[in-house]
Amino acid sequence: MSTYLIAEHKEGQLKRVSIEILSECLKQGTQPTCILLGSGSLEGAAAELGKHGASKVVILEHSDLASYSNEGYANALYAYLSKQSPSVIISGASWQGKDYLPRLAAKFQVGMATDCTEFKLSGNSATVRRPVFAGKCSKSVSFNASPAIFSVRPNVLAVSGGQSVTPQIEKTGAEVGSIKAKITEVLSSGQKKVDLTEADIIISGGRSLKSADNFKLLFDCAEVMGAAVGASRAAVDAGYAPHDMQVGQTGKTVSPKLYIACGISGAIQHLAGMRTSKVIVAINKDPEAPIFQKADYGIVGDLFEVVPHLTEELKKLKAHS
Amino acid sequence: MNIFVLLKQVPDTETKIKIAADKKSIEKGDIKWVINPYDEFAIEQALKTKEQLKAGSVTVVSVGPDRVVEALRTAVAMGADNACHVKTDQDLDTYLVGKALAEVVKKESGQLIFTGKQGIDDDQAATFGYVAELLSWPSASMVVKCEVAADKVVVHREVEGGTRFVIQMPVPALVAVDKGINTPRYASLPGIMKAKKKEIKTYSLADLGLGSEAPKTSSSDFALPPERQAGKKIAGDAATQAKELVRMLREEAKVI
Repeated sequence: MSTYLIAEHKEGQLKRVSIEILSECLKQGTQPTCILLGSGSLEGAAAELGKHGASKVVILEHSDLASYSNEGYANALYAYLSKQSPSVIISGASWQGKDYLPRLAAKFQVGMATDCTEFKLSGNSATVRRPVFAGKCSKSVSFNASPAIFSVRPNVLAVSGGQSVTPQIEKTGAEVGSIKAKITEVLSSGQKKVDLTEADIIISGGRSLKSADNFKLLFDCAEVMGAAVGASRAAVDAGYAPHDMQVGQTGKTVSPKLYIACGISGAIQHLAGMRTSKVIVAINKDPEAPIFQKADYGIVGDLFEVVPHLTEELKKLKAHS
Repeated sequence: MNIFVLLKQVPDTETKIKIAADKKSIEKGDIKWVINPYDEFAIEQALKTKEQLKAGSVTVVSVGPDRVVEALRTAVAMGADNACHVKTDQDLDTYLVGKALAEVVKKESGQLIFTGKQGIDDDQAATFGYVAELLSWPSASMVVKCEVAADKVVVHREVEGGTRFVIQMPVPALVAVDKGINTPRYASLPGIMKAKKKEIKTYSLADLGLGSEAPKTSSSDFALPPERQAGKKIAGDAATQAKELVRMLREEAKVI
């Protein structure tokens, strides 16, 4: 069988999810061929893959691949892979992988699975497991056509110490075809925010925060812990926080080490988005709030009193360590 | 411009999911079905675009059993001009749904597609990619701002980490929207009256040349995650509670 891992990089810097997938393939006894796409300066990323056990790396190069586009990636990958008879094609479920992989699957006329949390390579195919309904349940997916194409959720699979090797690198010109969607500008919000889906610690606020300004309480606390700040749908709908902070079924699904819910009652759609957090803390005035049924540590109290004390305690802890 | 909206009917977000006996799907008995929340933003964006261009029509399309007609009528009540129903009782995979939708858009000569960035049921976020590729159209997803001119679309695509790409696409094009792009309108009373009488065009999979196509993926072993147990309540005044919490997170849970 031939397994291909489409490794992701940001300006030549390899994304961790690619190493996570590589480690899992090697653990299952499969050496995948890794593919990098770009317009040069990818030797570092290729060497990094080698350090984690990849013995073969293919670099698809073209000046049009200097910046990401779903058309350019899908075209270049299809042009290359359709000549290789691949049986399995894997990528990370990043904003890129989720974007070009359906196009690639359409070109191969096959199905695909997004955001898998487990995969098992066997024979000439694979079976995967993926959460649905924002994690309210999960399911297995099997592939009835070849190649099996799927993306893997970041931060789920462990990186194991694969044998470091010097990979065989094959560089080839990519056939990118025509790219109709053109990036004309890149805007940055300027804030250096910790991304919710990558954060180890998240402190979230609900409608009880009462205003956008009051979220400062949470930002202050988050800063001490190096945490990201999230919000419930109620808080977002009330205009207290932007949508990119929303945790839940119509927001982000998160799985941090520690999740602190402040003034969040625990609606079913919110719980769906954070239930796989390792430790959950709930701070809420209402002792009957459903969130307490899911919380490892519950504080019945006013968040406006508890959170500032919490920030102070964390500062003390930081000063001592 | 012939504007199309691809919409999916999904269980309401408050639904408590139960697994069917054969574990091949969820229990569909007492579910309240709604328009996928992200697709509501797509409907609104399509209506806004038509109003702004002062020309064209908005057609909503959905694939599924008879119940999806209700979602289509809701969209008509909001202001959509036409509705197409691809009628099937089978559970299709994303590949077949994408193929069916692309065929309808081809037959109906669509020029611009709006849809949600993902369905909140299956969370695949893949249908838009299939449709765009099968039509050979450019596409952008996670779109939080969109301006349409006669021959081009300019969108803002928001990716992780607070970065926005401004992307320009020639028409025809597909735009998959995110929450926050607009505030969907409510259906008006005249809209609701109109929607009741609206004739909905029906296609079978066979009409679209997909009568003998089998799904390319199969789902099985649906399972609920393990239930979390309620843990400790921390007593005392706010200062004591905060202090005790930090101690427990450090010493017991070892997460800070």
